[in-house]
Amino acid sequence: MNTTRKMSRKDLFWLGLLAFFAVIPLTPWFSHSSFAQHVMIQVLLYSSMAQAWNILGGYCGQTSFGHSVFFGIGAYGTGMAVVKFGLIPWPGILAGAVIAAMVAVAISYPCFKLKGHYFAIATFAIVEIFNRLFMVWYWVGGAIGLDYGFTEPGWKNFVWYQSKVGYFYGVLLLFVLVFGIVRWIEKHRFGFYLRAVREGQETAESLGVNSTRVKLSAMALSAFLAALCGAFFAQYNYRVDPPMVMSLDMSMKFVLITILGGLGTFYGPLLGAALLIPLQEYTRAYLGGIGGGVDLIIFGLLIVVVVVYQPRGIMGILDRIVNRIRRSEGGGK
Amino acid sequence: MALLEVRNLTMKFGSLVACNDVSFDVEKGSVVGLIGPNGAGKTTLFNCVSGFYKPTSGKLFFDGRDVTNLPAYEVARLGAVRTFQVVRPLKEMTVLDNVLVGAFLRGADNETAHSVAEECLSLCRLEDKSGNLAGGLPIGYKKRLEMARALATGPTLLMLDEAMAGLTSTEIKEALEIIKGLRERGITLLVVEHIMEAIMSVADKVVVLDGGEKIAEGTPRDIVEDERVIKAYLGAKFTERLKRTGEVTKNG
Repeated sequence: MNTTRKMSRKDLFWLGLLAFFAVIPLTPWFSHSSFAQHVMIQVLLYSSMAQAWNILGGYCGQTSFGHSVFFGIGAYGTGMAVVKFGLIPWPGILAGAVIAAMVAVAISYPCFKLKGHYFAIATFAIVEIFNRLFMVWYWVGGAIGLDYGFTEPGWKNFVWYQSKVGYFYGVLLLFVLVFGIVRWIEKHRFGFYLRAVREGQETAESLGVNSTRVKLSAMALSAFLAALCGAFFAQYNYRVDPPMVMSLDMSMKFVLITILGGLGTFYGPLLGAALLIPLQEYTRAYLGGIGGGVDLIIFGLLIVVVVVYQPRGIMGILDRIVNRIRRSEGGGK
Repeated sequence: MALLEVRNLTMKFGSLVACNDVSFDVEKGSVVGLIGPNGAGKTTLFNCVSGFYKPTSGKLFFDGRDVTNLPAYEVARLGAVRTFQVVRPLKEMTVLDNVLVGAFLRGADNETAHSVAEECLSLCRLEDKSGNLAGGLPIGYKKRLEMARALATGPTLLMLDEAMAGLTSTEIKEALEIIKGLRERGITLLVVEHIMEAIMSVADKVVVLDGGEKIAEGTPRDIVEDERVIKAYLGAKFTERLKRTGEVTKNG
């Protein structure tokens, strides 16, 4: 009884949040400022990316620095469909995501034999390998990359030029998909197995959990969703080249946003992105003149402060505040 | 045919022979105790049976199937599930979630898993702790959580590795009650234990290891009178005491 009421309150919060995002484009703040639109789109994109990473890195406890590779494969999937084959982006988006999942499984099968930090280190190397590979692979544009020509704006081609509202609803769909999947996972067997593998691989095995399969499934799903985010990124920027997508910089964003927000928590990736992305975009806009990298300095400091103060990120800080309020309410009675 | 057959099991770590040519059977529905001094190879044997170690030589049959080279999760799926001597709670998960991980083995359905988990929690007297984080429990509860979690997988053979070590005498009595309850439910038990009074009162058969070798096998009464066992492990004084308290006669 109590738990069902609690769950429905959580559902209400989630639906309310989606409704909030859905009506944002109707507000004058949004419609009058292309910069505000850009920031909102970035927040939803990066929180989706972080959530995709969170499946493997947060819930399953396998730190991957290789996610920019899957992000990049997704971006190249749609880029190739549009630029090279003159198609609409959709088959490319799907193909990119499927290929990313397959590459992820192929890469991580040997890497998962490595435990703990060694897995993380191995994924570092993979980013460099793919970056160099795509730099010299002329069929996919090499170092120059792929530049979109003009195509008819709208949902069919998934490009817009005048207004960003189309992109906003596009990224909102992506956000609902990624977060919706994680919400489902959290309540079902797979979610329990993910956390069990994180908390103790041998214990999980002693209870009949095939930990290798759980990790590979988490990796495949995580890479698939990261690739969808990459496809959106290419459509949004009308181009893709290797340093833009397959870089350690990009990989770090997946990791750091999630850590800042709260590893293995549902709202952590959203909170991390909601704090970091506006900070990044506004400092870049207003402080960019005094030399690049100010956003990165603040970014770094923030991570240090949060991780030292509360390793469970913003979600941990919120939990602590909620608990304090509850306790003082209990004391007042 | 016995539920578990251990045949000529040998496990070497480099030049160290942890288990040497050990053979015994665990009959369906029985409680078998595995005893011996520290370093006798009890936990190594457990790790072999549960699939965590690949034995150097020898065979293991569970329910007629050769399980010698199966990975641990496969052995668990077949119905042979173990607990750990050094407790391994899934720390950042609640007690209920810990047990749910076990309960999901027999089906992905949430409702069934929840009802199985709750039944196991109450059987192991953990129901009032179900919302606590497992990492923060006192040791007695952690030991029972090990049991509840393994139990939730619906095992036919439950292997308890020193489930009673480090517990108070009241807690030991409780644990013994739980074990008796499990046997009544038809679960076969293989129990590694140091606490002799405890094991002697529940076991149908006792296997004694010393220095990696099996030195005796028999009913608890035979075991306490076995010269080699007394010399290697029990000690003469203890045997006298055990006979006097009459714990053995119940099963002997």
